[in-house]
Amino acid sequence: MKQFLTFVKKEFHHIFRDHRTMLILIGMPIVEIILFGFAITTEVKDSKVAILDTSHDVATRHIIDEINANKYFNVVEYIHNSNDIQRVFQKGEASMVVVFEDHFYETLLHTGKAQIQVIADATDPNTATTITYYVNRIISDYQQTLMGQNKAPYQITPNIKLLFNPEMKGAYNFVPGVLGMILMLICAMMTSIAIVREKETGTMEILLVSPIKPIMIILAKMVPYFVISCFNLATVLLLSVYVLGVPVAGSLTGLILISLLFIIVSLSLGLLVSTLTHTQLAAMLVSGMVFLLPVILLSGMIFPIENMPMWMQRLSDIIPAKWYIEAVKALMIEGLGIMNILKEIGILSLMTLVFTAISLKKFNVRLD
Amino acid sequence: MENLQHSEIITQPEKVIEVNKLVKRFGHFTAVDHISFDVEKGEIFGFLGANGAGKTTAMRMLCGLSKPTEGKGKVAGFDIEHQSEQVKKSIGYMSQKFSLYNDLKVWENIRLFAGIYGMNDKDIKEKTALLLEQLHFEKERNVLVKSLPLGMKQKLAFSVAIFHTPEVVFLDEPTGGVDPATRRQFWELIYEAAAKGITVFVTTHYMDEAEYCNRVSIMVDGRIEALDSPHNLKTEFEAHNMDEVFQQLARKATRKAD
Repeated sequence: MKQFLTFVKKEFHHIFRDHRTMLILIGMPIVEIILFGFAITTEVKDSKVAILDTSHDVATRHIIDEINANKYFNVVEYIHNSNDIQRVFQKGEASMVVVFEDHFYETLLHTGKAQIQVIADATDPNTATTITYYVNRIISDYQQTLMGQNKAPYQITPNIKLLFNPEMKGAYNFVPGVLGMILMLICAMMTSIAIVREKETGTMEILLVSPIKPIMIILAKMVPYFVISCFNLATVLLLSVYVLGVPVAGSLTGLILISLLFIIVSLSLGLLVSTLTHTQLAAMLVSGMVFLLPVILLSGMIFPIENMPMWMQRLSDIIPAKWYIEAVKALMIEGLGIMNILKEIGILSLMTLVFTAISLKKFNVRLD
Repeated sequence: MENLQHSEIITQPEKVIEVNKLVKRFGHFTAVDHISFDVEKGEIFGFLGANGAGKTTAMRMLCGLSKPTEGKGKVAGFDIEHQSEQVKKSIGYMSQKFSLYNDLKVWENIRLFAGIYGMNDKDIKEKTALLLEQLHFEKERNVLVKSLPLGMKQKLAFSVAIFHTPEVVFLDEPTGGVDPATRRQFWELIYEAAAKGITVFVTTHYMDEAEYCNRVSIMVDGRIEALDSPHNLKTEFEAHNMDEVFQQLARKATRKAD
């Protein structure tokens, strides 16, 4: 036991004396949460709108005011010529142009019909869909007020309720993903690099010649990363609750439990990588390409899994982070209890067993 | 153990390493081919051979890092095949790669390895102070190993390898890349260790170093082709120095260096 503690201390020294790594380990989660929470967001806010209005009448002014007052839009420019539309888009001055036909209000009064053209930059299709939808809403609202007392004889009012994330905050979707990514990165990548580094420098040979048991060497390597991961888990959760305002709606115990399990899965994955590679560079590439990229792309963190082709959905099943992120969403956002994530707990436990079994078999005690 | 190490009453030379027809095969390739030899307590035994002759494989078997395919071997009285854990406790090891942690301080390295070999804190403390004094490293006690010059590092690595007073210390090309003056100092440390009764098993590429050994074995293509004191070998091969002896034997090799 004393041997083991001496060893754990040595591992902490390795980490703490490498200031750059230390900075990455502690700083990365904070930076990522802030980035994903504030900078990288799919929410539409303050979209720049340009207006081409030759009528300047009551109706157009009313609609323009409504658009400007909306939190999603910001009217930045009034253009006077249809030739300018092209220029506005090319220079990126606006992502949407609203064009009113000539003599808008008059036409509307006399013929009962008037036209508005909404042109949106669809480079990002999601944003384009969202902003045109919002403009549509503003226009139909105006139509309702115009009708005033003579309402349409039949009226169906949809009553929309947005569950779990009523304010439609992007952070609700990102926090579980970032959590999965950080834990995977620190546990799997850093552990594998730490073990392979000893192989590379030749100290692993010295350790294997010594009476210390190989399993002790491995466990001692994992302890510091386990501790740092727990610390990061705490930081990420605190930041998301108090800075991003994402609540832990469900069971906190369950959330901590599944996170610890996921940390262990990632550690065993890191161990597996270390038995398969011989250089730090290879370990880093394998962790980066084989683990990190799929975690970002296939775990449902950014792209919904349901929209993927069937074979890709099956592929995502073997990614531990997918199950973890699902469980975290259930606990944090949907507010469910431990009983609802039993399936995820089972799958992650099974994965730990498989990874550990393979790596222990592969970990060559005799270095041959 | 304690008694054995300090007993000088025994007149019969005590065998610390006994190797009998040891074989290691990798598939169809026989890396080590029926080698037999004994090494006595306190002896400095040179283990020579060209690259690919099988030295490292043989040494790994003796250290318990690799299981022999055939044959028997004993190190410090323990069977290398079935008692590798006890073998590991009674040996020290220093490899051609640098074998200390660069990002640990001098005393932390000593502390770590002494701890691994099960020494207690009091002994470690006393012996560390003594060692640092002998090496004139008192000022470097709290220095990170990476900032030491190479010669100092090698000396420290050797001292750490014998810190727990093992029966045998295995040195795998310990002086690679070190300047002649430091090599000389390094060999003084080896002589001191041998005088204390620690058997030294050393592989080397430098033929002048072979002259410092009590006995030398030369491996060619997995077999031991010559084994005697440097003096006797030079007489037998009618050579002026060990280099000539080595050249005559190495010429017979059919295996390519790896």
